[in-house]
Amino acid sequence: MTVYTPDANTPAARPRTYIEAGYTLRSWLLTTDHKRIAILYMISITGFFFLGALGAAAVRLELLTPKLDLLHADGYNRAFTLHGVVMVWFFLIPSIPTVFGNFLIPLMIGARDLAFPRLNLLSWYIYVLGGLFTAYVLVAGGVETGWTLYTPLSTKYAPGHTVMAAAAIFVVGFSSILTGLNFIVTIHTLRAPGMTWFRLPIFVWSHYATSVILVLATPVLAMALILLALERALGIGVFDPDLGGDPLLWQHLFWFYSHPAVYIMVLPSMGVVTELVTTFAKKRVFGYEFVAFASIAIAIIGFLVWGHHMFVAGQSMYASMVFSFLSFLVAVPSAIKVYNWTATLYKGQLDLRAPLFYAMGFIGLFVFGGLTGLILASLALDVHAHGTAFVVAHFHYIMVGGAVSAYLGALHCWWPKMTGRMYSEFWGRISALLIFFGFNITFFPQYILGWLGMPRRYHSYPPEFQSWEVLSTAGAVMLGVGYLLPLVYLLWSLRYGPRAPANPWGASGLEWRVPSPPPKHNFEEIPVVSWEAYDYPPPQEEQG
Amino acid sequence: MTTAPFVRPEQQQEANHLGIWLFLATEAMMFGALFFALTVVRLRVPEGVRVASGHLDKLLGTVNTGVLLTSSLLVALAVSAARRGRQERTAGLLAGGAGLGVIFLAIKAYEYQKEFSEGLMPGPGFRLHDHPGAELFFNLYYAATGLHAVHLTIGVLLMLGLSARVLGGYLRLPERAESVELPGLYWHTVDIVWVFLYPTLYLVSG
Repeated sequence: MTVYTPDANTPAARPRTYIEAGYTLRSWLLTTDHKRIAILYMISITGFFFLGALGAAAVRLELLTPKLDLLHADGYNRAFTLHGVVMVWFFLIPSIPTVFGNFLIPLMIGARDLAFPRLNLLSWYIYVLGGLFTAYVLVAGGVETGWTLYTPLSTKYAPGHTVMAAAAIFVVGFSSILTGLNFIVTIHTLRAPGMTWFRLPIFVWSHYATSVILVLATPVLAMALILLALERALGIGVFDPDLGGDPLLWQHLFWFYSHPAVYIMVLPSMGVVTELVTTFAKKRVFGYEFVAFASIAIAIIGFLVWGHHMFVAGQSMYASMVFSFLSFLVAVPSAIKVYNWTATLYKGQLDLRAPLFYAMGFIGLFVFGGLTGLILASLALDVHAHGTAFVVAHFHYIMVGGAVSAYLGALHCWWPKMTGRMYSEFWGRISALLIFFGFNITFFPQYILGWLGMPRRYHSYPPEFQSWEVLSTAGAVMLGVGYLLPLVYLLWSLRYGPRAPANPWGASGLEWRVPSPPPKHNFEEIPVVSWEAYDYPPPQEEQG
Repeated sequence: MTTAPFVRPEQQQEANHLGIWLFLATEAMMFGALFFALTVVRLRVPEGVRVASGHLDKLLGTVNTGVLLTSSLLVALAVSAARRGRQERTAGLLAGGAGLGVIFLAIKAYEYQKEFSEGLMPGPGFRLHDHPGAELFFNLYYAATGLHAVHLTIGVLLMLGLSARVLGGYLRLPERAESVELPGLYWHTVDIVWVFLYPTLYLVSG
């Protein structure tokens, strides 16, 4: 039994950490340790996050004034395409799974690594290769199709490097598939003795659901991108009505992947928030089974709602009605989660630290994004709101307000575990608040603008919209500061932060029962689990 | 034999099996999207698809289906021979499966060449321009059979490599029969993809 006692961090008792296992560049680039690969991923996706943010900054600056003055028209299109492609495929989709899933799943289930460690490293290299393709596209001049690459714009009219961008997305998809496959196999085969399915942390459940989507949806995108590249390069006609093809076919194939992809982004976030809420409320999650199965339900129903992106694209009315109904249905498990988080917080011993700030920010913003999603899922209302800034605001509430807040919450919660250092609580709370308010100031005006008729992806607008656009850009500045702050104080903490104990939050998960940072092989002996998930107060404290 | 991070051999075996099945699921989803596109095209331009499909060589397509199914039989027999620890028989059957794969590819190449000489290769010399959708059908036909041929080529290389390793004694049987079984599953999947491609492409002319 390797449940470390709280003084496991005293130098004498402390085994060599995974960081101390080697300091050369080679020891990092050829590692098969899931913890080190998580760090490699963290560094690379942070780079892409700020690259994607540059695209957003260009868009927000251009929209300060009603006329086109900062960029030229194609440049504007390239800026928002860069922002979308990079943020979706190079930040949001890999973010929580490849960093925290990679680092934590083996620790949480009592394993020494993922099932296929070399495949895990390969997935990072494939990610980097896809990233290099993207960098090439950027340097060569960019793409102007938007991240959705709609035909025939992408196959006939847009002048940019569409084929190369499709290749970049194709390549990075394999990295997703390998990660998902590795997680599923790991969760099935490497749970420690006694770690039954219903003793798994919800974080693991939600990553399981995410992995199912990664494995089943990504190959469809791969084929769609092959067809897109063939259409663009050789004119095979599959998306061209002149040759008997169908431009709408692209939208079906694309959204068959990309709607579930939204759940790839948000399911891991929901897992994180569940962990944060239980950890900082010191309570077992309310309705464990419901929260666990809600993840699976979201993954399954999420595969059947893609048509709601095509309500005004000439899709059959009857198909639209079914898609609308199913889109409403997917809100049910999402709502179950929100209610259960709230019920978990209720009468909990709240420890109001930065990670909980982020988690509460997530819940608030996610509820808003989810409810406006119901507006968009309604056939009649969508006719009005489709293709407007309202949609932009809606999915940013989920993908940025939700997923990025959860990513940062996870970063703060597990930072002590990953690095062995404590971050600054004061600055953590300040940045969480800045992000919450900055986010709302940025995107709430876009709901209003969209409802008033402001289309998305337009670089100019009627002068009466300007005050809302200026407000949105001002909020984006605040949001930018909120995102830069953690970069500064977290890096600062690596050198100057106090050393972290094994379990700074008094949390119950297995990952907190090994030293911070964990030793190379996680557990000296594979633990035998005899307690339920979220068993508060944790057994370790009882022993101590 | 167990390697980290596994503790028990059956754990590792279960992981390997689950891993390969998940990988095969991704293959099914990927080709699934292609079949979806083929179906959409057939619904949109039924006449063009009917005419174009009628120009494919049904005889060669049928022979090739037989060749590939037989190759799967050999690979399945190889797996059962591997489990019984019969090295030479396993190596021979794997090589036989790979050989039939090569025959399939040769027949396919001959078919491509024949289509080219008959003016069925899309482009300026395409002979069925009067039938809307026929060219698109041929484009998808080349994309689908080409992608299948790429998968089959990988399979042939896998089987030849396995056969050599078994024959050279680098792969101890029956202990490592799993190393024959898992690539065998890949082989059957590539075979099954063809079993669906064959009617979708060759038999829709009525």
